[in-house]
Amino acid sequence: MTAIVEKSSARSRSRAAGPAGGKRAKSPYPNWFYLPAALVYAVLFIVPTVTSFYFSMTRWTLFDSKFIGFDNYVTFFKEPALVSGLTHTIVYAVVTSGLKVVLGLGLAVLLTSQIIGRGYLRSVVFFPVLVSTIGVGLTFTILMDPEQGLINQSLAVIGIDGPGWLTDPSYALLSVALVDVWKGVGLATLIYIAGIVSIPQEYFEAARVDGASAWQNFRRIVLPLARPATFTVILLSLIGGLRSFDLIWAMTRGGPGFTSDVIASVIYKQYQAGFYGLSTAGNVVLFLLVTAIVFPLSRYLNKKEVDL
Amino acid sequence: MTVVASSRRPRVLLSLVAILLSVVVFLVPFAFILLTAVKSRQEASQLDFSWPTQFQFVQNFADVVQARDYMLIIAFINSTILTVASVSILVVLAAMVAFVLQRRRTRWSGLINFLVLSGLIIPPAVVPTIWVLQKLGLFRTMPGLILIEVAFGLSFCILLFRAFISTIPRELDEAAVIDGAGPLRLFFRVILPLLRSVIITVVVVQSVTIFNDFTNPLYFLPGDQNATVQLTLYNFSSAYSTQYNLLFMDILLITIPPLLMFLFFNKRIVAGMTAGAVKG
Amino acid sequence: MKRSRIALSVLASATLALGACSAGSLGSSDDEGGGGKVTLSFLTDNQPETVKIAEGLAKDFTAKNPDITVKVETRPQGTEGDNIVKTRLSTGDMTDVFQYNSGSLFQALAPSKNLTAVDGFTDRLDENFAKTVTFEDKVYGAPFGNFMAGAILYNKDVYAKLGLQVPKTWDEFMANNAKIKASGVDPVIQTYGETWTSQLFILGDYHNVEAAEPGWADKYTKNQAKYATSPPARAGFEHLQQVHDAGYINKDFASAKLTDGLTKLAKGQGAQYPILSAMLSQLIADNPGTENKIGLFAIPGSDTAKNGLTVWSPSAVYLPSSTTGDKAEAAKKFLDFVAGPDGCASQAAASQPTGPFAVKGCKVPDTVPQAVKDMQAYIDQPGASSLALEFLSPVKGPALEQICVEVGSGIRKADAGAKLYDEDVKKQAQQLGLSGW
Repeated sequence: MTAIVEKSSARSRSRAAGPAGGKRAKSPYPNWFYLPAALVYAVLFIVPTVTSFYFSMTRWTLFDSKFIGFDNYVTFFKEPALVSGLTHTIVYAVVTSGLKVVLGLGLAVLLTSQIIGRGYLRSVVFFPVLVSTIGVGLTFTILMDPEQGLINQSLAVIGIDGPGWLTDPSYALLSVALVDVWKGVGLATLIYIAGIVSIPQEYFEAARVDGASAWQNFRRIVLPLARPATFTVILLSLIGGLRSFDLIWAMTRGGPGFTSDVIASVIYKQYQAGFYGLSTAGNVVLFLLVTAIVFPLSRYLNKKEVDL
Repeated sequence: MTVVASSRRPRVLLSLVAILLSVVVFLVPFAFILLTAVKSRQEASQLDFSWPTQFQFVQNFADVVQARDYMLIIAFINSTILTVASVSILVVLAAMVAFVLQRRRTRWSGLINFLVLSGLIIPPAVVPTIWVLQKLGLFRTMPGLILIEVAFGLSFCILLFRAFISTIPRELDEAAVIDGAGPLRLFFRVILPLLRSVIITVVVVQSVTIFNDFTNPLYFLPGDQNATVQLTLYNFSSAYSTQYNLLFMDILLITIPPLLMFLFFNKRIVAGMTAGAVKG
Repeated sequence: MKRSRIALSVLASATLALGACSAGSLGSSDDEGGGGKVTLSFLTDNQPETVKIAEGLAKDFTAKNPDITVKVETRPQGTEGDNIVKTRLSTGDMTDVFQYNSGSLFQALAPSKNLTAVDGFTDRLDENFAKTVTFEDKVYGAPFGNFMAGAILYNKDVYAKLGLQVPKTWDEFMANNAKIKASGVDPVIQTYGETWTSQLFILGDYHNVEAAEPGWADKYTKNQAKYATSPPARAGFEHLQQVHDAGYINKDFASAKLTDGLTKLAKGQGAQYPILSAMLSQLIADNPGTENKIGLFAIPGSDTAKNGLTVWSPSAVYLPSSTTGDKAEAAKKFLDFVAGPDGCASQAAASQPTGPFAVKGCKVPDTVPQAVKDMQAYIDQPGASSLALEFLSPVKGPALEQICVEVGSGIRKADAGAKLYDEDVKKQAQQLGLSGW
């Protein structure tokens, strides 16, 4: 009864809103649903992002700005840290998302199998996702201390001389990446668990009738049918990895020297130094880089998903 | 839920190895936080994994809470307001967008998808954002920061919602429309309740993200009286001298709300996600 | 439908309204309204000694001026803090008064636009300090804290045991190091766990640069002198590399923090620590009874006769132009108090002074630690001390700490480091719009 009233009022309202929407007014999916979100998003995200293109071409001291064309970009690409930062960013993103896919899938398979303490294990794997990144960073910085740190002291007990995880230039970036995985693998696992559990049981029953082994089950059923979950994990962790900043900043600040600097931390350093134009130019560079990697990838993965 | 294992017998050896590993990898760091948090300043500065010779839980707790004019309590209130308000707005707005975006393919869909994905990958430009907030008179206000968190969090939520809405059969919409439901009724009475399990996931993930956010409050809501909990870490981790026991007590205290949230929703996070997916 | 839409907007506005009342302050009463009372907010960095001094000043000032309350807020240190100060100034959102560096960092604040000049106490200020808070002939700040030196703190017990003399030249220093190392003590302490501590061999060497090439700072500002091509300036980078290559630094240099370094020095596990003299107060607080065990000498140069101390001017309290009316009047009173004898007394009571005050007539107590006496000896002797480069030239690159860590850890060679730093400062010079860059 009330439903009918509401329906008609909805129609008249959306008609009144715009004559062009005459046909669409019948749609149960009205465009104005976009409106509130679009407003917030446009004002606080799109406008600053677009204006950043202008500001990236200025020498900007916060107190005044002067248009200097592409000079900032030239300087930015001459920044020695940027060139290595570029490699570091890609290494970091690939390592973290690769490990999250492999470990996440492995853990998800483990945690959906008959195993004692499954509830406890699920909880404990997921919990680090909830802890503050800064807190995790500070804690692991201390655990990874080369002399007093728990990790190296434990290794010393079994006779291994642990490296300076965060202080040795060749390990620093990877150590931070490992902590990133430690903190983030729970989310990947969760996504995979959701994906695996949603696989209809009939597949496994059919497989059982055919006498398939656990490995065959995994290879032929879980892996292909969990593919959407894999895409989600890859995309989320790749984006997270490319943009990653908090953890690196909390743990090494890009150091020692510039050996664990990623683009986001180079940008932040320029920003801190008061080179707002230069930093904004870096923002634009990062934006273009990430877009160049992630958009084609997501399009490719989406296509695959549709194919399935 | 036996999925991969073809036998229904629990695998004892595998379980033991898994539990042992989980203790070493995941529990020891938390135990370290806990132990350091109750040590005295001198002992904590050793940074070793040892049983405290004297427990200073109460004193460290009091020191942390009282530091800088009860700043931690103010910070907890601020963080709660920020988290509750932004997450409520986020859930409603993102679900609305995701619903229409998933259901209706128009020539705009491509652009909207692009914008959504952009929001996920583009690092926000801090200074221009401050500039906009100022023009709006929202700089350094709680509503300003709430809207910032909403703007930066929308993309992720929309993507999650969209994925799960795609598992809700269109027939349900059609049935509701035939029953005479308008868009709002369809959305709020039919779709949103079906999303409940996903909403729990979104609420948990976003609450944690916003509660743990460090950078945005630092820039968009400066000032001690506006501090959020993550900023209190600064008090005990100054560059010149670090009081590790207080620092870790602080980490411990600000981990409690996510922990409670987790204990409360633990089962429903996974169950919720899977239930949402199974519906398809 | 209408109902639900209204309900939604009510919900949204309710959350916004709820959000509007952020918690504000608890635990302290904030009675601003009545009776001509004024509350000044006062932003300082969050170093414990700074906070102690700031809170001491706030308390003692209110005791003299009961109508004015001063409330201390803190911000992080280093570049992060610089950023916050600049952002808040540019948005007109600064506290009523704030503490910040003097010298080139002060110059970068665009003082004529963002700060209010103060003149009441100018004649009370030490000339060297006054120069570092002057912009276009106007003075903007009241001194906060003490002069400090970028020098080498050394453990006198270790020196006495090995019969060593305070070195004046780098060669003497290295010779001492060899003997110290042979005795099983780490000759030089480095603490790259906190990157800023890596810069002392370069920044603290400036007196020696100036002595070898008078007017170097000016040429540097005009882009006519460079670290990579000027031997006395490059020496700092070379020294940093030499102590690493010779194995004279502590084993855990890469992860050690300032606190560790100070403790090593106090306990005699390390003999010498190039650091800012202001860190003495923390050293003594953490290691009671070491006041007279720690001495100080200037970073050794190439020439015995010209060796001297590089000195940092204290930070200052400024009045932003966003503070107006009653608050501005109260703030001026506060600055006047800070820059007067009562201010010195208050600061000395709050924290152990670690160098001379920048206010004429303010004497440090006789009970100061040995290292401060050593420092005073350099300052009292004409021509044996100079201000650090950052007070003589606005050009200072932001990446010096990282470059120093690389050179001091053997990741990058000294000459490459110097060259890289020259590139780094170029950005700063261009940003400031200096001519010649």
